[in-house]
Amino acid sequence: MEFAELIKTPRADNVALHRPFYPAVEGTLCLTGHHLIFSSRRQDNAEELWLLHSNIDSIEKRFVGSLGTIIIKCKDLRIIQLDIPGMEECLNIASSIEALSTLDSVTLMYPFFYRPMFEIVEDGWRSFLPDQEFELLSSVTDEWRLSCINKEFSVCPSYPPVVIVPKSIDDEALRKVAMFRHGSRFPVLSYYHKKNGMVMMRSSQPLTGTNGRRCKEDEKLINATLRPGKRGYIIDTRSLNVAQQARAKGGGFEQEAHYPQWRRIHKCIERFNILQESLIKLVEACNDQSHNMDRWLSKLEASNWLTHIKEILTAACLAAQCIDREGASVLVHGTEGTDSTLQVTSLAQIILDPRCRTIRGFESLVVREWLQAGHPFQQRCAQSAYSNSKQKWEAPVFLLFLDCVWQILRQFPCSFEFNEQFLIMLFEHAYASQFGTFLGNNENERFKLKLPQKTMSLWSWVNRSEELSKFQNPLFEANSLVIWPSVAPQSLQLWEGVFLRWNRPSKFLDEAQEEMISIIRYNKELQAKVNALRRQLAEMETDGRMQENL
Amino acid sequence: VENVRLLDRLSSRKAALGTLYLTATHVIFVENGSEARKETWVLHSQISSIEKQATTATGCPLLIRCKNFQVIQLVIPQERDCHDVYISLIRLARPVKYEELYCFSFNPKLDKEEREQGWKLVDLTEEYNRMGVPNNYWQISDVNRDYGVCDSYPTEVYVPKSATAHIIVGSSKFRSRRRFPALSYYCKDNNASICRSSQPLSGFSARCLEDEQMLQAIRKANPGSDFLYVVDTRPKLNAMANRAAGKGYENEDNYSNIKFQFIGIENIHVMRNSLQKMLEVCELKSPSMSDFLWGLENSGWLKHIKAIMDAGIFIAKAVAEEGVSVLVHCSDGWDRTAQVCSVASLLLDPYYRTMKGFMVLIEKDWVSFGHKFNHRYGNLDGDPKEISPVIDQFIEGVWQLMEQFPCAFEFNERFLIHIQHHIYSCQFGNFLCNSQKERRELKIQERTYSLWAHLWKNRADYLNPLYRPDHSQTQGTLRPQMAPCNFLYKFWSGMYNRFEKGLHPRQSVTDYLMAVKEETQQLEEELEVLRERLMNLQKSQINDNKVKSKRQDRSKELGLSTSNNSLANTPQEYSNDLKSFPSRSPSQGDEEDSALILTQDNLKSSDPDLSANSDQESGVEDLSCRSPSGGGCLPSEDSGKDSDEAVFLA
Repeated sequence: MEFAELIKTPRADNVALHRPFYPAVEGTLCLTGHHLIFSSRRQDNAEELWLLHSNIDSIEKRFVGSLGTIIIKCKDLRIIQLDIPGMEECLNIASSIEALSTLDSVTLMYPFFYRPMFEIVEDGWRSFLPDQEFELLSSVTDEWRLSCINKEFSVCPSYPPVVIVPKSIDDEALRKVAMFRHGSRFPVLSYYHKKNGMVMMRSSQPLTGTNGRRCKEDEKLINATLRPGKRGYIIDTRSLNVAQQARAKGGGFEQEAHYPQWRRIHKCIERFNILQESLIKLVEACNDQSHNMDRWLSKLEASNWLTHIKEILTAACLAAQCIDREGASVLVHGTEGTDSTLQVTSLAQIILDPRCRTIRGFESLVVREWLQAGHPFQQRCAQSAYSNSKQKWEAPVFLLFLDCVWQILRQFPCSFEFNEQFLIMLFEHAYASQFGTFLGNNENERFKLKLPQKTMSLWSWVNRSEELSKFQNPLFEANSLVIWPSVAPQSLQLWEGVFLRWNRPSKFLDEAQEEMISIIRYNKELQAKVNALRRQLAEMETDGRMQENL
Repeated sequence: VENVRLLDRLSSRKAALGTLYLTATHVIFVENGSEARKETWVLHSQISSIEKQATTATGCPLLIRCKNFQVIQLVIPQERDCHDVYISLIRLARPVKYEELYCFSFNPKLDKEEREQGWKLVDLTEEYNRMGVPNNYWQISDVNRDYGVCDSYPTEVYVPKSATAHIIVGSSKFRSRRRFPALSYYCKDNNASICRSSQPLSGFSARCLEDEQMLQAIRKANPGSDFLYVVDTRPKLNAMANRAAGKGYENEDNYSNIKFQFIGIENIHVMRNSLQKMLEVCELKSPSMSDFLWGLENSGWLKHIKAIMDAGIFIAKAVAEEGVSVLVHCSDGWDRTAQVCSVASLLLDPYYRTMKGFMVLIEKDWVSFGHKFNHRYGNLDGDPKEISPVIDQFIEGVWQLMEQFPCAFEFNERFLIHIQHHIYSCQFGNFLCNSQKERRELKIQERTYSLWAHLWKNRADYLNPLYRPDHSQTQGTLRPQMAPCNFLYKFWSGMYNRFEKGLHPRQSVTDYLMAVKEETQQLEEELEVLRERLMNLQKSQINDNKVKSKRQDRSKELGLSTSNNSLANTPQEYSNDLKSFPSRSPSQGDEEDSALILTQDNLKSSDPDLSANSDQESGVEDLSCRSPSGGGCLPSEDSGKDSDEAVFLA
């Protein structure tokens, strides 16, 4: 298929661009296969706006006489308005944008066409390999092994080719366990807590069904992670009620009788359309232009977004608490183990593991606990808050995770190497990107799409010093401790950087950020100067002494 | 009383056993057993209510709510003791004479001269001079010199030059409590001014020639503008109801060239109830997000804050952008008017956003113009219906602005919190009584100390590290977003959940940056010293003498700077919503049990309510959560000897 077929009108002049907090700009609009490009005609200060078609969530058109107006709502939550003279042009452009922003073939997406303009220092596709992770683990414990059981994605389609499992469990047993778990997602290692040797594992629900099936190998596998005489915790991310209902569909939960050393805790984390609706309501509240404070607060409340944040954080704190405080191992799962499970396991690691609070460590966490663990990014991030179509698979699961990280970052502003911008960047790229990183729903699909060969990794771009400097938190001081966030409502706030990003003036806050950076930079400069002088003095004194001795 | 248990609000499982003491000025709880004495001190004047709850098997619970939003829950074993404590506290918390208040016994060990200096720190005559008055349009009037015209006004009042004593007195007779229009702020760039008064006694048809002349004089004092805004800060309905009582608002037809405007800020009773409702939300034990947001909305608190701010923004705009003078009033002109005038001044003039300027602002718009501190904040036992968080709302408004303009204010959040605290503490004489007249009669300045001097002395603690006098945000008028940006107004947990340290960010950016700046300063000094020494050394090497002594110097220097380097790690807190962890085995978690204890080490502090350092540290620290380097102390931290596991409750 040629993109040109979809572009009915490639160019329109005298278009006016409206954005909140900016004066309207007049210029030329161009459509290409992957971008909507607007450039102002002013020669002196030409301004260009490049918008990926895949970033467009929905489009509305309106006419007043022959002046057409297109309102473009983006997945990054921005809303722009284009006034296009000429009804036909406007209709053509609108339908072209609509077609181009809803391409259904992945291989037509921009990452397959994008050619980087920067020098590739490090191939991001090879930056975070499971072998490296396992090597780190092997240096502290020998109780685990790397299993290649899923090499051809034959056992579990949503798992990566290699996984870390207890050493005492062989591949044969794993195969049996896989039959007993939803989507074959058998329990694998998620995190090893060096401080006390406790672990966090994740899986999907066991297929106990109504007649209480059991699987000896499954029991053996998870018991293999327990210390003698110790108990473990199973954190089920569904309410007891939901988990019980799942039995009717063949799913279920671990019965006490068969897992006597485990204590099961149910934490209700919502999924799918409930989350998607929550996002839609929240964004609607944030865009509400009414003058009424009560309405704002009640809409914020009704969206339930912060309730979801609180639930997810609480479950993650609980998992972390079990590991660090109770000295117990933990198994986390919900139904499929691809959504709420990953929110909990990844947030718990941020709380527990200082490495995850560095830029590199956080990237590694996203790769391990989201991409390799099989979070279906393509399904979940197909649409954002302005979607009209009610498709079943969209859900802002990853955005909720990033929001939770932001909440912890806000409570511990000096403990993270990255800043808020880093999280916002990840949100943007998960929904629309020139990089292939978030395409596909699991490693299996990515392998089939040959993404590493055909597209550029986000990490190749981010991990260059030019980009990294934008994402570094000037306040960062390595903090080797476990950080316990507060989950009280008073401590949780709306993530303005994402949700009010386009409808609040940010100039003064940006200035504060700059001021902060310059205070710290000046301090570092002085430190360097003082150290240099000290050295110089020391040298001169030694010289002097030597001369004296001579 | 012995064997009293102090409960923690966030977790019923945590309680400290200790002894309760009542002194003439404080309630003191001293915890048993611990090596470092953990103490909680509460000034009687901070006590807002005491509630005796139903006796349980473990004892008799006593709930003390404080005006600085601290809530203390005690369980006293014997019902009789509890009753005695209750009765004593009720009496102690409600003094009937000013002389019973703490400021008359508080002695910060300053001599007479220092005290007098302290009172001179804020000088309103100087302030009006700074604004540019008296000048060709404005003069000081001595018409109120013996409080003869208006007993709630100051003796020195600034009025238009063309307003004769006859006009002033005439106008005062037509205004509630004789609070005639007087100057609050003058903008010397364009001659526009903000004046304030009470409502006119217009009823349905009454008019007063002198009052009309007075308003005209105000308008004429701003020759660049041909009209005057008259802003009534009440909801229209309230103002209309007042007409039936012979009061009301200005009729545009009777006054030449005024534009009349209502701005609906609710009255003190609505505000009192609103705060009450919001505090109930803050006090909820493990509320859900919905409980909290719904309660916040239902309290209406943020709506009221926004109304006040919008009024201030309107006036600042009129003065700065339109160059039009404004007369502001409400009913008596001492609550809403004070709020709105001071917000507008703060927006207009960068001086009021400095530490000194902010003190001056409170002195000008609140203290001198007879804001009834005693009645509003219940310093003496009085009518509970007179109590209302009027200045609290202003202080919160300032905080909301600080959130929107992080570089615009010289002071930080702590400064606001401490001012709020001392408005209620009665430890300093500044906010006693209801008017200047009463304060002079009581000889406050001779018998008590000034808060401003105390804050000024400790100003290093109150600095906003992001403030720079030459920064663009510190120049000119602040222009916050007006409606519909409701989301700009946020719940202030730093104030209303001030004592629940567990709810706040565990690392403070402000403290961190302050420490960095302090270190920067030391580095600058050291750099100077090093440069000098280098020069000397270069000289001396030529002369080849006395190298050794310098080497010793240098090692001293190095020692000093390493201690400066250990500034980063603010203590963290282990705290979790234990309610949400139903499965915790009870045998474990002793660490947390001992973690949250209300204490304050007051023995070494002469200022028992607010030792700034312990206030800023989020005290609770888990042994396992300690920086392995052991360098987790800010240079300014003085709580080293306090236990690792204590939360500091001022």
